[in-house]
Amino acid sequence: MDASAPALSVRDVTKTFQTPEGGQIHALDSVSLDIADGSFMVLLGPSGCGKTTLLRCIAGLESPDSGRIDLRGQRIDDMPVWRRRVNTVFQSYALFPHMTVAQNIAFGLQMDKVPGDIIKRKVNESLDMVHLSGLGSRKPSQLSGGQQQRVALARALAKEPEVLLLDEPLSALDLKLRRGMQSELKRLQRETSITFVLVTHDQDEAMAMGDQVAVFNTGRIVQVGEPRGVYLRPCSRFVADFIGEANVLTGALDTYGLVIESVGFVPRDRLVPDTQAALGQVHVAVRPENVSLQIDPVGSAKVTDVSYVGGDMRVEALAATASIVSRVPSQGVQPPRIGDLVSVSFTEGSLTVVAD
Amino acid sequence: MKAPWSPTARQRHQAGQGSWWSGLPGVVYLIALVFLPLVIIFIYSFLSRAKLGVGVKWEFSLTPYTELLYSESLSGGRSFDPTYLQIIANSFWYAIITSAVCLVLSIPIALWLATRPPERRTALVFAVTIPFWTSLLIRTYSFIIILNDNGPINGLLKGIGIIDEPIAMLYTPFATVVGLVYTFLPFMILPIYASAERFDFRLAEAAYDLGAAKWTVLRRVVLPSIRPGIIAGMVLVFIPALGSYLAPELLGGGKTSMIANVIAAQFGASRNWPFGAALSVLLLVITLLVLITFAVVAKRASRAAGRGGWEALI
Repeated sequence: MDASAPALSVRDVTKTFQTPEGGQIHALDSVSLDIADGSFMVLLGPSGCGKTTLLRCIAGLESPDSGRIDLRGQRIDDMPVWRRRVNTVFQSYALFPHMTVAQNIAFGLQMDKVPGDIIKRKVNESLDMVHLSGLGSRKPSQLSGGQQQRVALARALAKEPEVLLLDEPLSALDLKLRRGMQSELKRLQRETSITFVLVTHDQDEAMAMGDQVAVFNTGRIVQVGEPRGVYLRPCSRFVADFIGEANVLTGALDTYGLVIESVGFVPRDRLVPDTQAALGQVHVAVRPENVSLQIDPVGSAKVTDVSYVGGDMRVEALAATASIVSRVPSQGVQPPRIGDLVSVSFTEGSLTVVAD
Repeated sequence: MKAPWSPTARQRHQAGQGSWWSGLPGVVYLIALVFLPLVIIFIYSFLSRAKLGVGVKWEFSLTPYTELLYSESLSGGRSFDPTYLQIIANSFWYAIITSAVCLVLSIPIALWLATRPPERRTALVFAVTIPFWTSLLIRTYSFIIILNDNGPINGLLKGIGIIDEPIAMLYTPFATVVGLVYTFLPFMILPIYASAERFDFRLAEAAYDLGAAKWTVLRRVVLPSIRPGIIAGMVLVFIPALGSYLAPELLGGGKTSMIANVIAAQFGASRNWPFGAALSVLLLVITLLVLITFAVVAKRASRAAGRGGWEALI
């Protein structure tokens, strides 16, 4: 087998649901995605965008209307759930309440007819791996939410799947636990080198964890790439808005640069290098940290709000019709006051032309 | 100095606790309609048969209990008579068959009901209770019409040419079992449904995901989760089936007597009230033993649940 072949390949998968009112929802609209072996892929999008449906199609809990899914070159979309070498960590954890923690973890191994002594060893290893040694005889109801989460993880990992699917696994945890589990999941993924596919609606989580991020909107994948790339070069207004904070401005592009309404002329070098957009009216996205607002008596924008976020100073200004947000480290900067006039400038290579 | 405020008994009374007065109607009901009749039956079972057979003669006697096992011949000699033991065994047998058939039918029905969309579910559960709208007597009579030699079943089978002669179904043990299953099926479906409705079907998805095929999911995950409903259903079906009267009387044609039919006969045609009372006490004791057995089995099952053949990991 080709070593560079993707662990998981999704081709033109479409899935439509009937609504109770008789309408149709295109949960997945001809979605294609390749997931590299041993990578950490995050499916990111607002709720109802189809990311969970794709995960369930991969697991086999939903069957796509059309398209195909291949796991290491073998077609799996017509295979029953229990034959697929993928396992899922469910959002609700779905631990069997009538079994102990150890029995929960052993369940999947028993299904594979693994001999008893090996099951015992693997269960203990899995418990060690998620730092729950000694809790094997507890019932799930006797564990905290974070511990239950770890059991769900251990149960799925014990089967050593080709691909581990995680459906919003951290959404039920409080912020501090969630941060801890994020790095924990990264560590487990590195140590096991199992391909992880994680679904989340939390863009910070996606940025923190993914080797690759696939951004979903209304049943389609709108952008795939490394988190930093997606953040700095969003391809559409939706991606720019959904991931982090973004200023989306309208302007006219020519060979020398860009004339942004109510801001003025911006030289071409402020745009992302190799911008291929057609000349004419365009939308550009720029991150607040790449915007600087300088106090300027003849500036084109007026400060409307100043606040401090962590060590940063966040300034909002209104330039005619467009609102512009800047975020810069607060140290050593003369803070503008509300009502001050400011001029707007951008960091080199920071403006991205986006689709509307 | 003022003493620190301490709540009186009345003030200590917590919201939602309800005063003991609210339990009074229940207590009166239990004493008057459950406890006293049982005491009367218990006392009667130790008295002698009245001259004309109606009522009792107030004279202590153990005869009603010895009659269970021995019969007295005309010459006065006593010999062992297994008739009544046989009837008790019969009753058990019918109750077991009835519970088993009800269980096998109810699990798929209850699971099907529980997986319907919620708005349709209510109507379907309501439909399960439709038989309760008519008297059991009338419903049991209707089975005489359905099962007899000229009834619709024989008519259909004859019509499509499977049989030439009608199959004798009425007044057979088969008819009794049909009547019993029909009578008690809702009492099995409803508690199992109540458990199944609460079952988190995401657990079944998790089991599939972990590599379990359909039957394994049912056996290892679904059934243990709905076990409380199954146990409740077994109790609700087995115990009344053990003491059922109508189906064996009307459909079994007297050939398949169960213990309740014999008890009824003692208070009626046989005119032996003390013996009828003794049989009733026996049925009560048997019922209690069965209940205790169910409780023990349920407890043991809950301890063993989830182990699934592969023992004691810890």
